Amino acid sequence: MTTENDIYNFAYLDEQTKKMIRRAIFKAIAIPGYQVPFASREMPMPYGWGTGGIQVTATILCPSDRLKVIDQGSDDTTNAVSIRRFFAKTANVETTTKTEQATIIQTRHRIPETALREDQTLVYQVPIPEPLRFLEPREVETRKMHALEEYGLMHVKLYEDISRHGAIATTYAYPTQVNGRYMTDPSPIPKFDNPKMDQMPALQLFGAGREKRIYAIPPYTDVRSLDFEDHPFEVQQWESACALCGDDQSFLDEVILDDRGERMFVCSDSHHCQTRQEQGFHGSQMPENHAGGLQEKHDG
Amino acid sequence: MYVAVKGGERAIENAHKFLAEERRGDKDVPELSLDQIREQLSLSISRVMAEGSLYDPDLAALAVKQARGDLIEAIFLLRAYRTTLPRFGFTTAIETSDMSLDRRISATFKDLPGGQVLGPTYDYTHRLLDFALAAEGEEPLQAETADKAVEPETPRVLELLNHEGLIEQAAAGNDQDCEVGDLTREPLDFPAGRDIRLQNLARGDEGFILALGYSTQRGYARNHAFVGEIRVGEVAVEMVPEELGFAIEIGDITITECETVNQFKGSKKVPPQFTRGYGLTLGHNERKTIAMALVDRALRAKELGEEVEAAAQDEEFVLSHSDNIQATGFVEHIKLPHYVDFQSELELVRRLRAEMVVEQKQAAE
Amino acid sequence: MDEPIMAVEGLTVKYGSHIGCKEVCFDLYPGEVLGIVGESGSGKTTLLNALHGRLEPSHGTVKYRTRMGGMDDIHAMGEPQRRLLMRTDWAYVHQNPRDGLRMAVSAGANIGERLMGVGWRHYGRIRDNAVGWLEDVEIDTERVDDSPATFSGGMQQRLQIARNLVTNPRLVFMDEPTGGLDVSVQARLLDLIRTLVAEKGLSVVIVTHDLAVARLLSHRLMVMKSGEVVEQGLTDQILDDPQHPYSQLLVSSILQI
Repeated sequence: MTTENDIYNFAYLDEQTKKMIRRAIFKAIAIPGYQVPFASREMPMPYGWGTGGIQVTATILCPSDRLKVIDQGSDDTTNAVSIRRFFAKTANVETTTKTEQATIIQTRHRIPETALREDQTLVYQVPIPEPLRFLEPREVETRKMHALEEYGLMHVKLYEDISRHGAIATTYAYPTQVNGRYMTDPSPIPKFDNPKMDQMPALQLFGAGREKRIYAIPPYTDVRSLDFEDHPFEVQQWESACALCGDDQSFLDEVILDDRGERMFVCSDSHHCQTRQEQGFHGSQMPENHAGGLQEKHDG
Repeated sequence: MYVAVKGGERAIENAHKFLAEERRGDKDVPELSLDQIREQLSLSISRVMAEGSLYDPDLAALAVKQARGDLIEAIFLLRAYRTTLPRFGFTTAIETSDMSLDRRISATFKDLPGGQVLGPTYDYTHRLLDFALAAEGEEPLQAETADKAVEPETPRVLELLNHEGLIEQAAAGNDQDCEVGDLTREPLDFPAGRDIRLQNLARGDEGFILALGYSTQRGYARNHAFVGEIRVGEVAVEMVPEELGFAIEIGDITITECETVNQFKGSKKVPPQFTRGYGLTLGHNERKTIAMALVDRALRAKELGEEVEAAAQDEEFVLSHSDNIQATGFVEHIKLPHYVDFQSELELVRRLRAEMVVEQKQAAE
Repeated sequence: MDEPIMAVEGLTVKYGSHIGCKEVCFDLYPGEVLGIVGESGSGKTTLLNALHGRLEPSHGTVKYRTRMGGMDDIHAMGEPQRRLLMRTDWAYVHQNPRDGLRMAVSAGANIGERLMGVGWRHYGRIRDNAVGWLEDVEIDTERVDDSPATFSGGMQQRLQIARNLVTNPRLVFMDEPTGGLDVSVQARLLDLIRTLVAEKGLSVVIVTHDLAVARLLSHRLMVMKSGEVVEQGLTDQILDDPQHPYSQLLVSSILQI
């Protein structure tokens, strides 16, 4: 029987398509934050499942790469598993869950807690690439606004937040200005992750399949989160620490334990949490003698 | 010599024979049985039952077969049959937290009481044509069953938020005594209540509701939806016969339910609170149910004090165009003879053109 | 003598073979209010649109004195420069306030938008400015966080004016600003416009079919008919002693007070 590898090209896309996408990526890197239109293909996953990120990854992937895929910060969420398997099958590349070992990290909604390096590329899956879209639905008008740098409207939205809630009420997909020029959507990452984008040593690529746009933030580029002088940009903070690894600096997910409102908080970045546990850190739900890492150390 | 067109009756009769022939296709290929359709095209059956507003998998299978797989035609057949059924009474409201779940997922919490139950879903399959399936006689994979059945009573996710007052109370209408409208008995009237809107959306065309729901995500009435919960499974239907005075179970039906958690509103005076959108259909119709919840939330614009500025928020626009049986009828009816109207137009245009030619001639002279 | 802020020469707009406006010439001086009157279809709105760059003229020029002092042809300049003028140095008051306001955001945000557009980034100062402007246009400052959708027609129109004037423009275009309002509301709005124009020394081009509005607000009048200016001069002169038969007809038919 024939296998997928015989039927499909390396990493699924044909080489002409990759060349077209590569050109879009080059252009995107040359104009940081600018949305480059590209002829997005139908992929074997539905739109909204990360087809843009998948096409970017498929294009830049080499046989020597080591790929990590996360969704909501975690390697084992269903969609991350599905995408990782897709590339393992169609490109036969090595995959990993370890952030520091990956050369390409495809992500949905998070930036890993571990700082990224120059030899790594972060590929974001983007649902709506246009940060002005919810203020102005028409593409003709938003492109003109970008061209003329007419970004006052974005601040109108933040102004409205403050006048209504006393604070800027945008918590994810928090708008940024890249390299002092283009207003850029960071994809729906929590604003907690925005500061990591600024001056990041790794190349950041963004793919939006359904909306047919690619954009990029080259290494060491300024990324500023919009704010007011008297209402500066702030990130989320938690009152509790991770119940598994005890970290009080990482982004936490809330897990409901029963229907009486009992809950705990755990790191959204599963690899980060695992690493910390292995290093001997532990949280309230993980008694010291049960921390897996410690036992391993004893065994070793 | 000219003979006016006649023989319509014979033509129609023959067209029907031709249609039956086409439906059967190549006689060397075995005929489909209704059991095969019901069991192997079950998502078609679900859609036909949902938009046909009639829960009967066998009749839906017949409709799909008769319609040669044209689902709108099949829905039409089922609706037409539904018209002929007598009405014995109304069931009590179904209790979806008692569902026997095949699938239950929440996009808002990683884990929660009752757990995430993936169930039979295409979500994480790769859309690669499976050539193995093309070979006949393929043995299906046997899925593992959980040791422990899904907890019999799984609380609804939105109720968890409700404990903290983070989400608005479910609107009145959940009440057993509350009278709900019925579009199939009373004509649609504007402004419609939420009960009527939901019924309309549940029967509405999947493609239309999908497109409207999609438009809300792209900035035309955006309301920042999260899927609080989707559940698919069987739920008991109960009825109170007058002579008994208490509820008895009359059967189980498969349904899909989706509740969305939407953008909070609030002001300096009122603390912010999430709002809700709701979708429910007969059968397994996930795409439709999610879209329905988005549109339901968009249609609540007025109630929630939002500007009505996009199609999905416009009650009249949405409710008047959602029914695919109405739509297909009216759109396709323009292929029916319009000889008389057209003749009148033709005559008018000829006359106006002639007048103009005369004027131009006179002007030239 | 001051130099004109706007100089218009031979301005002609054609829609195919139909004439929108023809060979219009005038100079507008700083602090001057020019009224354009005529019945509907006379070419007033076409002219107004050609003056602020929305309509490309078939021929003729519109020159504007920028803050740098030079006279720039507004149709020859690039769109970025023209849009910058539109949100800083110029203002446009629509007949229907809904066309000029953002109905989905608060009154304060409506006023603050132009400030944020030119780089203001201090919430407190933007809001203070908005509150000050609400006072200037006689809207209860408590309403600063309310949506204009909850305002009356007259309030919406005053809010539109405030939203436009917040960047201290030098030139204001008005298209029937009192059009949709009832008489008592009109009177109050006219009074407000007159005060603001005098206080800020604005130059204004106002289109109206209402000669009473024209008399109250404008220093000079242009009477238009079928796309052509049939008469222009000082307002009192034209309204009290019209020379052209059409002006005479207009004055006698409308101004019977």
